[in-house]
Amino acid sequence: MTGQTKRAVAAMALLAFSASSLALWADEDADLVVNGEIEMIVRTEAPAHLDGALRTIYSGWVFRQDDTQAMQMDDFDNPGMLFAEQGQELFNTAMGANGESCASCHANAEDLTRVRATYPKWDEAHGAVQTVEMQVQECQTESMGMAEAWGQNSQEMLNMTAYIASIGRGQVIDVAIDGPAQATWEAGKEIYYTRYGQLELSCANCHEQNYGNYIRADHLSQGQINGFPTYRLKNARLNGTHNRFRGCIRDTRGETFAIGSDEFIALELYVASRGNGLTVEGPSVRN
Amino acid sequence: MTRQVILATLLGVSASVAHAEVVSPAAVVANEYGEISTSLTGVAGNPVRGAEVMTSRSLGNCIACHQVTALEEFPFHGEVGPSLDGAGARWDEAAMRGIVVNAKAIFPDSVMPSFYKVDGFTRPGDAFTGKAAPDALDPLLTAQDIEDVVAYLLTLTD
Ligand code: HEC
Ligand code: HEC
Repeated sequence: MTGQTKRAVAAMALLAFSASSLALWADEDADLVVNGEIEMIVRTEAPAHLDGALRTIYSGWVFRQDDTQAMQMDDFDNPGMLFAEQGQELFNTAMGANGESCASCHANAEDLTRVRATYPKWDEAHGAVQTVEMQVQECQTESMGMAEAWGQNSQEMLNMTAYIASIGRGQVIDVAIDGPAQATWEAGKEIYYTRYGQLELSCANCHEQNYGNYIRADHLSQGQINGFPTYRLKNARLNGTHNRFRGCIRDTRGETFAIGSDEFIALELYVASRGNGLTVEGPSVRN
Repeated sequence: MTRQVILATLLGVSASVAHAEVVSPAAVVANEYGEISTSLTGVAGNPVRGAEVMTSRSLGNCIACHQVTALEEFPFHGEVGPSLDGAGARWDEAAMRGIVVNAKAIFPDSVMPSFYKVDGFTRPGDAFTGKAAPDALDPLLTAQDIEDVVAYLLTLTD
């Protein structure tokens, strides 16, 4: 079915059942091809380390309404791409004491296509797991001589991570969880299964046990992060991974961790690894 | 009896109705099945108010997880918990009170929150601010909210 016929059929179905479930709006069987060329893997066999907790992993795109899904299928309709373009400009802009841009060292941006698919990643020199944001900050302060790196959740950083994700779109996610990263991964797993807040809900309660179900008006996904940063229609801006984690813990009536905290770095590694086998979609469109 | 004595007696009685009979979260007594046979307030539950607690986001927000046909006029019923249609025929009052007070005593590991509990949480927050909770936390619902919800649930017999 073409996108157009599919939409027409969905519209007919809606008319026929107008009073019934919102679920009609989400086409959970749809495939995602961006710009008619980047083929995404939106559903695939769960990675072995999940030990059967999930059989199949799904991109959050699968659970969105038809019109939201459609926005991500074409860069002209994806508002997140405007920010990725601003990120590309920043990539080529001189910053810091040495008058260098990111492009001074990474002349061929194509060399960075595997970045989004493999981070968070163990950094030997720092002896710690690093997120993409931390890597950018490291380049800024340690290589480019900037006195102060961009903030984790600053607009510049969101634009840059959107750009870095965009050049890696369609790459298969393969985050390493063994070797020196293992302890961090274990810590992230522990957080994922901890029931936080006065509502005593864990990530798994909503995103492992209840994906596909509605919780009030929200259609629960598996809480995958392959689409980050996401452009959310709700606040009309890019949203980073840690910001999303914070929102979800806040919704348990819990005390959140800080953006960039060790806890969220560990959680990011763990959640990223739950998506091993999906493809990079950032910047994606979400409601 | 003098007027003063009558007045004093009346005041004394009404004070005990208002205070002494509200069972605090720590004092709730459940049996081995999690059932709670005594009212938390001694005041009969008001089912109309109970429906309000069920549907209000700032109170029980029960329909976030449960579908209830009798509450169809309120939009967006969730699917995380089972439909509550007929729940009043499946559970008696003591069990129903037990479920709303602390569902985990009846359904081990349930995702359903405990609505009359004030401690034992991991990183409790100050409502939905994301900040740390104050030292003394109020339960999600008051004792009377719970009695009202239980009264409403018991009307859901089909
Ligand atoms: C009370 C239920 C609830 C809990 C608990 C919860 N979330 Fe979510 N989460 C949601 C809802 C609702 C959404 C928006 C719809 C969706 O994508 O699932 C969401 C979205 C997300 C997304 C965005 C997915 C996308 O494709 O854009 C991520 C990532 C996420 N959650 C991760 C987590 C993590 C990690 C935790 C634990 C720290 C967590 N969530 C706990 C309800 C919850
Ligand atoms: C976050 C989800 C969630 C919320 C919020 C929630 N529940 Fe539940 N509830 C459940 C689940 C899941 C079950 C099924 C029991 C289990 O865990 O196996 C359940 C079971 C029940 C049952 C027994 C169902 C039956 O028909 O046998 C009743 C009654 C009930 N809930 C009432 C309520 C009321 C009243 C509220 C609000 C004050 C509420 N629930 C809020 C998730 C929830």
